[in-house]
Amino acid sequence: MDELLQHLVNGLVLGGTYALLGIGLTLIFGLMNVVNFAHGEFYALGAYATFAGLTWTKMNFFAALGLAILCGILVGARTERVLRRPLRGETIDTVMLVMIGVWIAMQNGELLLWGGVAKSIPHPFPTAPLTVGGVSLAPLRVFVLGAVVLLIAGTHLLIQHTRLGRAMRSTFQDADTAALMGVRIRRIHTTTFAIGSGLAAAAGALLGPIFIAYPSMGDLASLKAFSVVILGGLGNIGGATVGGIVLGIAEELGAGYVSSGYRDAVGFVIIIAVLLVRPAGLFSRAERIG
Amino acid sequence: MLKRCFTTTLALGVAAALLGSLGAGLDVARAQTPVRIGVIEPLSGPVAASGNYIRMGAEIARDWLNAKGGVLGRKIELVIEDNKSDPKEAASAAEKLIVRDKVPAIMGAWGSSMTLAAMPKLEEYGVPMVVETSSAASITKRGNPWIFRISPPSEMEAIGLERYVDKLGIKKADFLAVNTDWGRGSIQAFGDLLKKKGLQVGAAEYMEQSATDMNAQITKIKASNADTLFLTTAVEQITLVLKQGQEQRLTRKIITTGGSSSPTQLVKQAGAAAEGTYHIVFFMPWFPESMPDGKLAKAFVDEWAKRGHPFEGLTEGFRGHDGVVTIAESVKIAGKDDPKAIRDALWRVNITGVNGPIHFEKDGPAGKESGQSKPSIFIVQIRDGKVALPEFAAK
Repeated sequence: MDELLQHLVNGLVLGGTYALLGIGLTLIFGLMNVVNFAHGEFYALGAYATFAGLTWTKMNFFAALGLAILCGILVGARTERVLRRPLRGETIDTVMLVMIGVWIAMQNGELLLWGGVAKSIPHPFPTAPLTVGGVSLAPLRVFVLGAVVLLIAGTHLLIQHTRLGRAMRSTFQDADTAALMGVRIRRIHTTTFAIGSGLAAAAGALLGPIFIAYPSMGDLASLKAFSVVILGGLGNIGGATVGGIVLGIAEELGAGYVSSGYRDAVGFVIIIAVLLVRPAGLFSRAERIG
Repeated sequence: MLKRCFTTTLALGVAAALLGSLGAGLDVARAQTPVRIGVIEPLSGPVAASGNYIRMGAEIARDWLNAKGGVLGRKIELVIEDNKSDPKEAASAAEKLIVRDKVPAIMGAWGSSMTLAAMPKLEEYGVPMVVETSSAASITKRGNPWIFRISPPSEMEAIGLERYVDKLGIKKADFLAVNTDWGRGSIQAFGDLLKKKGLQVGAAEYMEQSATDMNAQITKIKASNADTLFLTTAVEQITLVLKQGQEQRLTRKIITTGGSSSPTQLVKQAGAAAEGTYHIVFFMPWFPESMPDGKLAKAFVDEWAKRGHPFEGLTEGFRGHDGVVTIAESVKIAGKDDPKAIRDALWRVNITGVNGPIHFEKDGPAGKESGQSKPSIFIVQIRDGKVALPEFAAK
């Protein structure tokens, strides 16, 4: 029983991190229709920015998290402005190829700057786990889970209940009409990409201290983020959240009770099963917004 | 008429003399073309750190050999290829080195899966490879006569550990290994050792090479009531497993196998979570004087520090040194840098590397044997944040 509970807690924490990766990508992939292979690199950027903040300037851990998110937003905004804006009339494939280029360039840039040796990111939380019954959890993971909940709720509020969110929704629903109504759609594109990238950087900053930072860390993150977005339904924040948690728990239970060698396979079997029944993902709506 | 004839003869004579000296010049040029040694290592990807340390060790061997005049009066040149921690890339790197760079011998390719992927290319083109790290048994058992391994297969590691099993107090052990030929082979080898000793084998769990969250596996292992965990993967994942084990209060004797654990890096990155863990290593840079050739080991450690390489890389870096000196020695015995001659000469290599004596014995199906050296195997423990000999092994 303790074992099952521990697996569920592990799955929930892991799923929360998948969800955070997923909501960033669901904005970029689901809303903007950009197949962003570089999403995982913004995740790595977040982790390395946190590491740089902590070791170079010796700043406070929480300030370093803020710095990482800011880095993600700024680099994301520049990427959209410089590389993607000129391609807005182009097909989805062209943009995808450019994003593959960004992915390769960013990953090799990290390798050049930081070297291949993994970095361990220090954090101020005690390493002794909290234990309730037979279930233990590190304090850092509790903090991360809390931060994930806040970030997801914040993104949801931003999109559903602010002027900017309304502008975003209208832009991706019908760009021409939105433009006629006075929405500055080019700026909205840049902002959306920046928010998505900032969320990826936040995920990297939060998960970097739990794991370790290394240049190819983004590959796995991209893979999971795409899985979550497709599982949850494109452009759906609630869907990405539920999708992330479903995937996390499925992998955890699959590894715990089926075979740890097929851990990733179990996750993908669940995705295929869901897509067979609901081809547009768990939570698809006619209007792919919000 | 006579004059013209004379002129022609003279011209021909000059031309012949010129050609002759040109030919001699070519001979000189050939003597000065370097002996090229191909190196295939993971220089990027999840296990990049290890591959880069091996490259650094190989460069030290190259510079030392060249400082002493090289081999056959020629300099040694390393042609280094990145296999990106990916078996597919390892195979194409081997082909590129052989076909384009025309190297007569290769050292590589770190991971067992990468080495296994490169092996058919060696047989296809007939070029020998000295295997410096890979532990899967299948490498020397497949009947590839171009393979010469200086690293221990998992079985040999298990035999090396055998005499310590009682002192370690192992009653029942679980396994957690990277899901590659190396990890699977290791679980097999150490499992067989325990069964032979009449001890119990618990859970056998796997993790993908790029996986970062091993909580599910740890929870499952926790549920088995074993006292020991054999952990087989590279230092990055060992760090994560130790940290996540600590988060879940996993209290086990942990023994890492494969020699890629870099205990110094674990002390730095896993901190308290690494306390008390045991590590099978093939080089002890903390006490070089305890190595078979203490002087060479000390010189290697000093040179490594002089170049500003990180200390934690030494347990991996020596492999690069030993691999390159093995190939250089075989070129010397062969008297030429021809792949077939080097292959035949490798059987006659008898030198001492940083790890210890290197000498190949036949392994695998008769008639197509691979070479397998018998490397030295050591066990160290992390105690009080330092790397030490375990109490039972310290004299």
